[in-house]
Order: sequence, then structure tokens, then C-alpha cells
Amino acid sequence: MLRKLFKFHGGVKPQTNKEQSTTTPIAPVPLPDRLVIPLHQSVGGHPRPLVQPGDRVFKGQRIGGADGNLSSAVHASTSGIVRDVLPAVMPHTSGLTTLSVVIEPDGEDRWGELDRINVRAATPDELRDYLRDAGVVGLGGAVFPSHLKLKPGKEGSLDTLVINGAECEPFITCDDMLMRERAADMLKGISAMRHMLQAREVLIGIEDNKPEALAAIQAALSASGEKGIEAIAIPTRYPAGGAKQLIRVLTGIEVPHGRRSTDFGVQCFNVGTAYSIHDALEHGRPLLSRVVTVAGNVKAPRNYEVLIGTPMDHVVRLAGARHDTDRYIMGGPMMGVRMPAFDVPVVKATNCILVGSPALFPPPPPEMPCIRCGECAKACPADLAPFEMYWFSRARNFGKTQEYHLFDCIECGCCSFVCPSHIPLVDYFRFSKSEIWAREREKEAADTARERFEFKNLRQEREKQEKAEKLAAKAAATREKVAGETAAPGAAPAAKPGGDDAKRALIEAAMEKARQQKAQVAPKNTDVTNPGVQAEMAAIDARRAALEPPTETPPPAGQA
Amino acid sequence: MINSPYIRKPASVQSVMLQVLLALVPGIAAYVWFFGAGILVQLAIASLAAVAGEAAMLAIRGKPKALFLTDLSAIVTAWLIALTFPPIAPWWLTVTGTLLAVVIVKQLYGGLGQNPFNPAMAAFCLMIVAYPALMSQWPAAGQLDFKAQLDLIFGGVRQVDAITGATPLDALRTALRSAVSADSELHGLRASQLMDGPAFGALGGKGGEWVALGYLLGGLWLIQRRIITWHIPAAFCGALFVTAGLLWGLRPESFASPLFHLASGGAMLGAFFILTDPVSGATTARGKLLFAAGAAVLTYVIRAFGAYPDGIAFATLLMNILVPIIDMKTQAPVFGHKKD
Repeated sequence: MLRKLFKFHGGVKPQTNKEQSTTTPIAPVPLPDRLVIPLHQSVGGHPRPLVQPGDRVFKGQRIGGADGNLSSAVHASTSGIVRDVLPAVMPHTSGLTTLSVVIEPDGEDRWGELDRINVRAATPDELRDYLRDAGVVGLGGAVFPSHLKLKPGKEGSLDTLVINGAECEPFITCDDMLMRERAADMLKGISAMRHMLQAREVLIGIEDNKPEALAAIQAALSASGEKGIEAIAIPTRYPAGGAKQLIRVLTGIEVPHGRRSTDFGVQCFNVGTAYSIHDALEHGRPLLSRVVTVAGNVKAPRNYEVLIGTPMDHVVRLAGARHDTDRYIMGGPMMGVRMPAFDVPVVKATNCILVGSPALFPPPPPEMPCIRCGECAKACPADLAPFEMYWFSRARNFGKTQEYHLFDCIECGCCSFVCPSHIPLVDYFRFSKSEIWAREREKEAADTARERFEFKNLRQEREKQEKAEKLAAKAAATREKVAGETAAPGAAPAAKPGGDDAKRALIEAAMEKARQQKAQVAPKNTDVTNPGVQAEMAAIDARRAALEPPTETPPPAGQA
Repeated sequence: MINSPYIRKPASVQSVMLQVLLALVPGIAAYVWFFGAGILVQLAIASLAAVAGEAAMLAIRGKPKALFLTDLSAIVTAWLIALTFPPIAPWWLTVTGTLLAVVIVKQLYGGLGQNPFNPAMAAFCLMIVAYPALMSQWPAAGQLDFKAQLDLIFGGVRQVDAITGATPLDALRTALRSAVSADSELHGLRASQLMDGPAFGALGGKGGEWVALGYLLGGLWLIQRRIITWHIPAAFCGALFVTAGLLWGLRPESFASPLFHLASGGAMLGAFFILTDPVSGATTARGKLLFAAGAAVLTYVIRAFGAYPDGIAFATLLMNILVPIIDMKTQAPVFGHKKD
């Protein structure tokens, strides 16, 4: 291979531990008693549940509808009865719950009617919507909805489609085995993606510790005869499988934090995603299962084709967990997350169930002070200075951590891996990031509250002003009216000062108004309809009016 | 709760320090060969004092003793002190210097990793200011046997005049200065002629140049082991060579050759073991180059124009002061922000 490869800064070479789980082919898993399928399995909005307890579902039936475009559908992995729709513990260190559909399999594993699409006739938008509803998300671990990434950049075409088969994390071999066993179908998925993205070339990057996978892909490539797709062996160095690192190695392009790779003419997908896309487009099968490596503290490490929602311990049992097992880790030893329980479900993000024990993953030696040796900076694939960020994180000087590009940190763990002082550097950076996010949220909340308060003040002020203006306008109108009335008889003393005149006019107007009001509220029997009685009442009223003084009653003594 | 990563490279502060100590061994061996075993006594005295001082301070500060006494960082400081102090310095001078380094310069600033100044060099500066005479007595190679050295280290009476007082660097400068001031009488006396004297070897001081070679070998091994990077030694040696070469090229009769400067005094020890102290030195690649080049120029200026026999210690401290700003201003661009 004559292609020029590029290097990324740093990286580490942990023991790969991949041989153990690649001796046997991918194995199926017997149906478990229960499937717990979380509705929220991808980046983006929480899908809405489409089923209720008691519903009968078929395999492949949609049970969670995508919530908006940044979301992805979820399906029943097998046929059975929905027993519950409830919040269940999700496979995340926090131990938090998420709305999940509990399905009791009926054992028939019967497919429902499949929602097919004619790939050749469909428009790109229809294909994207189809993939969203087929629940296809990135299987490399980030679970970003794939349909959103299958858009070429602004120019309408792409230079390079990078397919990630690097699989740099120790222990994990699911992509390796998938490439070995299903290269031809994977390639069809890659072709479909290439077509949707209008990509000029496709580069499949595979770490050079997977010669069998590379050979399988290359064999499939020559069999298909498709031009412009190349499978490339890249040096084994963690984290070569990070999307940005792989793009760098294959194309030399560095995609900065916060920018889209399509702006640079590149898009990157995992090999497993390519296979799922093929499965969805060609066979109409939504994403119901994935290959999961079971490795670590087990007797027979192996890869399994696991239905989404299968409890992890159900799978691990097949590989034979040893007795000193104390935890499951989802993912690899560098970036994996510890599971809160053994029976949490396998989800679309589960590339590996790493079975841990105190002997296999001993607690780190006691933390020592940083001696600024710079090992972390040498190992950082994002070219950061972790020891400086550590210093500022400790001091809670979060502004400074951001000056040192905290958010460019991909949390790959290289710095913690090499630190001679055994400082859990990544933990400090996670802490700083979450603190910064929390502060931003607080600030946003405070800003909203302040804005609301200021608007309320403004509104009250405005209402007050409007009221005053209305009153003034009314007064002016009355003045004019009165002035007109007094001016009409011609006796109006024009020489009198206008202010006095207006005042008097106002007083008179007020008195007139009061008189009218009084006349209105004066007791008057209107219920009686007998003409005789009415006439009598009118007479009484006339008498009363005659008795009353001709002028208005003076104001009460208190006000005089 | 332990979070990822769950695996770690088998590295430790202890192993880093141990490799630094091992790298000093060739230089120490040459030292013993040419100057006698007295240096071993000094190394032992300094080590004991360092451990005692560190233990006492850890106890006072309530820090875990076993963890920090076994990190070997105090021993590295102790050895650097012993190797930069005169080998016949009285025991209490070595002890005082070591305690100052460990107790004040290191522990009072917060212990391992927290000291802004290089502890060994701070101790050297303090002691040469406080005891200029004792700190300037350097025996020539092969001048004193082990017993005489022990007597001087532990004995009460020192016949200062009986011991030759100056290092080759010192001797050269003194002679050149007197030559310059009394130009008419001593005209024709050149640096190169001076170096034919018995105190000088092929490049630097007699014997001293071999010790320097030992440090160089150890230092190269440290680079190969990736304990230190090439930046500081290369920049220090390069800048010292260029600065000395400039003045030597202009007036060879008044200034020593660049090779003499590299092979003499603490140049090699400084380049590979002292300036490379990560705690008090610069950490970025460009910063290391600036830091070491600055130290080299200062060293040269102090050697050629100052009053002290060697300039490494003062140059190191002066550059230590600048480290925060050097590091801040020389941060390399991060991934995706480089201008190719």
C-alpha cells in the first residue's frame, strides 16, 4: 500500500488482549425471559412509547417513535407481549432510570410486516427518514443517529467517506469479527452510504493488528469490483479509532472541536453501522441486535449477536464469568463505563461487556502530587496539556481550564494511563466539564429570571404610564367639551386666565357627572307596571324633587 | 468509585526518580576514580539528611510518610547537592544545605511537585553566599587520598591554605582577569596557554572532564528512556556553545573556548540533571528551549563576568522565576487549531 498515512500526536499502546475473543465465530444468544428495551438509546430526543402493557408485538415492530429529526426509533427485538412500560435502570454509571418497554418473548421470534424501501427509487430524504425509523445509529459507541450524518456538506458532495474499523480499545473485537464474517454485506452498506453522501473515495481504516479482518474486506472489495474504495492498515496505537484521530491518520485533516467533519469534506462511520444500514435498506430489518464482545474475567471470551434489551448477565453467563467478578464495564478498559447492576440491558451502544475483577483491574496505587513530568502531554491525542488543566481543575479555576481547551478533551484516558503519579486526570476533566455545564445552566436560569423580572417591571411601568396618559387624554377631552359648552352661550369671560377657567369647568363637569350618577342610583321602583300606581309614584318623585335644594350638596365637613 | 481508564501503565514517581539516580552513576564512578571516594561519603551524608528532613516535615505536615519517603525525590535532591558541593566540604555544610533544600525550598512550598525553585540549586546558592570560602575549596584530581578527605569532612581543623582553592573555571578566570589588568607585564599570556597548566585536562579541568562525560552518558540514557526530552540539554549546550564561541571568536586571548565551557564545572550535570527537573523547569517544547537557552547565557555571563566559580545554580534559579510566564506563553496549538 503506497498511500501516505499521517500521524496524530500522542497515543498509548496498552496490551490489546484481543486474541482471546477472536478464536471462535460470532455466536447467537438464546432468548432471555425478559427484554428490557430503553426507549432512549441514541443521542437526541426521547422516543415516544407506541405500545401499552398487554400489547402483543412482533419482531421488528416499532415500539418507540423518533421524537423529531434528532432522534431515532426503537423496535421490539423479538415477538411477545409488552408486560410493562416503566422507568428502568439504564446501562450507565449513574444508575439512573429511563422509560423502557419490558417484553416477555413468546419464543416464536415472529417478524411483523416489514416496512420495505426501494433504495434505487427513493430520494435521499426518504432514505434518511427510513433509516431514522429503522433505528439505525452509530454503533461505534457514540450512538449518533446515522440518518443525520448521511448528508453531504454544503457543497452537495464529499471528498472522503472514512469507515472506522480501527477498533483501538483493548479487549473489544466485535468490529473485527463482523469484518471477518460479514465483509460482503458490510461493503454493500458502505456503497449505499457512499451513494447518499456522493463521496469521491472511501477509506476503510483498520488497525494493523487485525490482518484477518483486513484480508476479508480486501477480498470482498476485489469480489465486488467497486472502484474508489480502499481498505488501509493503520498503525496500532490507541486511540486511532477515535473518529478525529482516524480522519487525521487517513487524510491528514484535523477537524477542530465544535466543527463538522463535512465542512472539511469528510464523514466517518463505524463498520458495524455500515452493516446495519445494509440490513435496513436491503432487507427492511430495523436495528434489533448487535455484535457484543464478552471479554475480561470470563472463561471463554467471545462475540455474540445480542438482541437489544437482553440483560447483560444473560449474555455473560454463556461466556462463563469467574467467581471473583465484581463489575461489568460497558466498553473497553480505557473509556468504558461501569454498570450499576449486572442485569442492565444490552443497548445499541454496547460494543463490549467487559467483565471485571479486582485482580484484572486493580484499584490504582495512591494518587501522588503532579511532578509536571509532561508524560500526559506527550500522550494526549488532542495535543492538550493535561497537567495544566489538572492544576486549574483542582483550583476550580474553570475559566483557565477552558483557556487550555478543556472541551477539546475527548476523555480517551491516555493521560491517566501514563501518569506516574497515578492521578485520575480524566476524572478531573469530567468534573470540570460538568461544573462548567452546571454553572452555565445556572447562569441561564438566572438570566431568564432576571429578564422575566425586568420585563415585569417594564410592563408595570408601561401600564402605569398608559393609564396616566388615558386619564390625561380623558381630562383634556372633558375640558374641551366643557370649554365648548361654556363658550357657546357667549357669556364666557375670555379675559379670565385659562387655568382657572379650566379648573372650574372640570369641577362643574365632575358635579354634573355626580348628579347624573346620583339620579341613576336614586331608588326608583320600575317593577310596578300598573299605570295608576306609576302615576302616583311619578307624583311623589316630583314632590321629592321640589323639596330638594337646587344646588349640589356641599362636600362633607372633613374635606372642607 | 473508580472510573475509566481501568488499566494503567506500570509507571511511578519512584521509578522515574530511580532512573535519574541510576543515570548519575557513571558520573559518580568517574568522580570516585579521579577525585577519590570522599564523594561517596558526601552522597551518604546528604541522603541521610534529606530523608531525615523529609520525614520530619512529613510528620509535621501530617502527610503519609511511607508514600513520600519511598518516592526517592529527596534522594535525587541530596545527590545533586553532594555532586555540586565541594567533595571536601565539612559534613555540617552538606547537612545544612540538604536540610535547607528539603525543608524550606521543597516541603514549606508544599512538598513534592510544588516547589517553584530547584531545591538543590537553591541550597547551593544559599550556601555559597553564606560560606563562600568553604564552598570554593576544590581539590585537584588525585591531590587528596581518602583519609585526608575524611579528615576534612569530619575533622575540626581545616588548613585552608594547604588545600588548593580554585576550580579550573575559577583559575582560568582569575588568571585571565589579572592578565587583562596587568596587560603590559603579562602580555602574551593566553587562555590556551593557561590551559596547559596542571589543573587542566584535554578540554576542561583534569578529571572533571571525565566526570562530565559520565553525566553526558547518563543523560543520554535518560533521553533514550524518555524520562527527559532532548530540548533542555540541546538548547543549554547549544546556547552555551554559541555564546562562548562568539566571545572566544572575538577575543580568544581573554575568553575560554566553547568546548572548555561545556566540559567544565556543572555544565553537563546542569544540562541533563538540574535544568531538566520537571517540577521547577519549563514544560512545553518551545518553553524548554527558551528556558535552557536563557540558563546557558546566564551561566556564561556569571562564569565570565561574575564573582562565583560557576553560574549554573544562579542561572537555574533566575530561570525558575520565569517558568510560569514561559509556560503560559509557549503553549502549543491543540488538535485542529494548528496552522500548517
